[in-house]
Amino acid sequence: MTPVATTVDVKTLQINGENVSARADQTILEVARENGIFIPTLCHLDGLTDVGACRICLVEIKGSPKLFPACVAKVEEGMEVITNSERLTRHRRTILELLFAERNHVCAVCVANGNCELQAVAQTQGLTHIRLPYRVQRLEVDTSNERFVADHNRCILCSRCVRVCDEVEGAHVWDIMGRGINSQVLTDLHEPWGSSSCTRCGKCIQVCPTGALFDKNKVGVSHPKNPEFLPYLNMMRDAK
Amino acid sequence: MSLYPMPPLPSNDKRWKIVNGTMRRHGFARHALIETLHTVQTSFGYLDDESIRFVAKSLRVPLSQAYGVVTFYHYFSLKPPGEHTCTVCTGTACYIKGADRLIAHSEKHLDVKQGETTANGKISLMTARCVGACGRAPVVIMDGELMGDATAEKMVEQFERWAV
Amino acid sequence: MNLEELQQIADTCNQERDKADYEINVCMGTGCLSQHSDKIKDDLATEASVSNKRIIVRRTGCMGLCASGPLVLVEPTNVLYQHVTADRAKDVINSVEGEPIPELFCDLREHFDDQVHVVLENSGRIDPEKIEDYIGRDGYLALLTALTDMKPAAIIDEITKSGLKGRGGGGYPTGLKWGTVAKARGDVKYVICNGDEGDPGAFMDRSVLESDPQRVIEGMAIAAYAVGASRGFVYVRAEYPLAVSRLNTALRDARRRGLLGNAICGTDFDFDIEIRLGAGAFVCGEETALIASIEGKRGTPKPRPPYPAVSGLWGKPTLINNVETFANIAPIIRKGGPWFAKMGTEKSKGTKVFALTGKIAHTGLVEVPMGMPLRQIIFGIGGGVPDGHKFKAVQTGGPSGGCIPEEHLDIPVSYESLIGVGSMMGSGGMIVMDDTSCMVNVAKFFLQFCMEESCGKCIPCRAGTWQMHQILTKICDGEGSYADLDLLVDLCGTIKETSLCGLGMTAPNPVLSTLRYFRNEYIEHIEHKNCPAGVCSCGSKAVKEAEVHA
Repeated sequence: MTPVATTVDVKTLQINGENVSARADQTILEVARENGIFIPTLCHLDGLTDVGACRICLVEIKGSPKLFPACVAKVEEGMEVITNSERLTRHRRTILELLFAERNHVCAVCVANGNCELQAVAQTQGLTHIRLPYRVQRLEVDTSNERFVADHNRCILCSRCVRVCDEVEGAHVWDIMGRGINSQVLTDLHEPWGSSSCTRCGKCIQVCPTGALFDKNKVGVSHPKNPEFLPYLNMMRDAK
Repeated sequence: MSLYPMPPLPSNDKRWKIVNGTMRRHGFARHALIETLHTVQTSFGYLDDESIRFVAKSLRVPLSQAYGVVTFYHYFSLKPPGEHTCTVCTGTACYIKGADRLIAHSEKHLDVKQGETTANGKISLMTARCVGACGRAPVVIMDGELMGDATAEKMVEQFERWAV
Repeated sequence: MNLEELQQIADTCNQERDKADYEINVCMGTGCLSQHSDKIKDDLATEASVSNKRIIVRRTGCMGLCASGPLVLVEPTNVLYQHVTADRAKDVINSVEGEPIPELFCDLREHFDDQVHVVLENSGRIDPEKIEDYIGRDGYLALLTALTDMKPAAIIDEITKSGLKGRGGGGYPTGLKWGTVAKARGDVKYVICNGDEGDPGAFMDRSVLESDPQRVIEGMAIAAYAVGASRGFVYVRAEYPLAVSRLNTALRDARRRGLLGNAICGTDFDFDIEIRLGAGAFVCGEETALIASIEGKRGTPKPRPPYPAVSGLWGKPTLINNVETFANIAPIIRKGGPWFAKMGTEKSKGTKVFALTGKIAHTGLVEVPMGMPLRQIIFGIGGGVPDGHKFKAVQTGGPSGGCIPEEHLDIPVSYESLIGVGSMMGSGGMIVMDDTSCMVNVAKFFLQFCMEESCGKCIPCRAGTWQMHQILTKICDGEGSYADLDLLVDLCGTIKETSLCGLGMTAPNPVLSTLRYFRNEYIEHIEHKNCPAGVCSCGSKAVKEAEVHA
């Protein structure tokens, strides 16, 4: 019988003790989601390149004391992944606490209240209070754009806006300035959004996980975000 | 090369030719950004919107990306330097030998905070994270010249000489 | 250039040296240069020319004993003069035949005798701006031998046999790294020399680049040949202008001699090197951040894998090694891997250059075999703690390392033993602290550094180092509580385990290390609102001093 080439594409691994199969080029996150296994994420978004920045999706892999970002780590044959240990939950809560204390996240007055990924992830991790002192820094609210607002108090520096404007829209209006805890997203040469080279396409609004970037028309009404168009746009572009 | 027109030199100032030279040497490639910003800073003393815009457009780097690079690296300055610059090294060896006291003393004497220039534009007080001359800690750099075994007295002497 | 020509240049250079009766080497590294050693050299040259003796006066690089500069070395009598001033030039020339000048004479046998100079074998003995001097001391012999007599695999084998590990702090086996890059598939590969020596208190790389730049170039060329690269970059801090200028001169001279460029030494090996300047970002010492910087971007690291060896600069397989690592390559090829492996310990082979600074008598650079006890380095070679103060701790590994107290001074200096006591080798900075240092304040200093140098990409490092710094400031100001201490340790755990790169992962080390050995100082600050060393603002002595100076 002619041997079938099995070495190439398919890998089998375990996630939380469950056997799953995957293509060789898939990430742990992709495979987990395909199998209904939950891994919290913040900077990841289907349709944008992954940066492994938020560290919320870190998972344990048996045989290594290190933690690995599920959004970028590729699967390997025989891998034994744990996504829900006590150690991971503790770290995720601390990372979320660090985020909440870093800037001014006041849900009660936020347009994204109820439609916020930061809220949602905090709820999945059972976060009830913050042990850390708040930084309490007064940050800019840029209303210069006739359609949109950038409220830096709510930004978690996930860089989704930067990535979508660069990779999908192609305008690269957004980037990040400064360093460390003084980092901030900016448009053009740190100019008001309204007078920048922004094309008003609105993609950054849809990908922003919090109420940092929002549509002026949605204030007072509900503001769900719908970034599902991204993989579709990528597919159409790649098909050309 | 490109179908898009190159931006004109911002002025007749000969220094723009030097800046252009750096970019040309690297084939106007995007990765020449940091090298070119160094040339601008060395030639003009600091970076302003006009120079960043010119370099970004010449290298076809998005404006926000260029500004992000400028503000990421501590070496680049968006403010014109004073007539004289005093840089205190804040490396570990210098810190152990009292660099923070030198900074406090200078801030008091010049009435500025570190990273700023005196009101009359004469003296800028800066810090550097380690200039690698730890054998002569604490180290202070006065207008590019290294002063080892620095003391508050020696620094003030130099400030007085500059203030004239 | 072939071996014959190389030998000819070496012979000519050495014959010139032999013609003279005496050689006077004047240190012109950054430290001594700042004390006008260039004028000293000029005056010595003038006096030498009017004397009746045949004397060569030479500019050299760093002689290592930085705190005693300006340094002048007279050969062949091996007389070292310290704190030399230009007005003594005539005296120095007159003294070459007789007794050394007593008040200038530096007789530090215990400082130099125990050192083993491999990386520093030429520093202080050659003119760094004369390639002939380097060739005269077996320079480029290794490269030519490698190109004409050795296959790339054999070179990698030799490096592996030597046991050389990355000297930038990672301690990764160099032969293994070279092998990975060599095997990586790619039409284009790069070699990068990491000269972004960011650890405050470390200046080994600066010194090597200023004193013996050809050595680094030769090492990079051998590496490029071994892994199949044709372009190299040296990423140097912008804060090192002299190193940049000496490197530029060295590259130009190497090209002129056909040792860099196309068809080197008549083989089909092409290789050239460009300099790229850093711009004041410690994080750019991290490999992926350094690559981003060369690509003209913000220096933010990337998750690894993929490693630079497989996908690095512009997505191509890239070999990145530290300056000191490259400086070890030529002697290993010349003398063989086993020669190098004879020195050091089982897991840490060869020698290491350390920058001995802080509260120590003989501040400067030293090179010792791995395995030498710390006590010997600090109290023997280093001359101990001056001014009657008591040794408290030695800090190694920069902001990623820890503080080692007196009780552990007998450990051998090696990668594994330093990690064993809660510190690490790092790039080689060794900062000695005495009883006037407050260890809580030291931890705060390092946290401030990490906080300011954090790139901001990942949350644990960006926000975590800020929170940790806040807590340490509270404790130093006498407002900390035990609850703060618990929170601090908890944050250390998360930041250590979840950060994206080495900066964040090792940022908690100074805190954890000082808590391990100096917990009593933390308790003193918290319970008694007092700083025993009198440094922090909560200490009564410091408050009084501040009042006096107000």
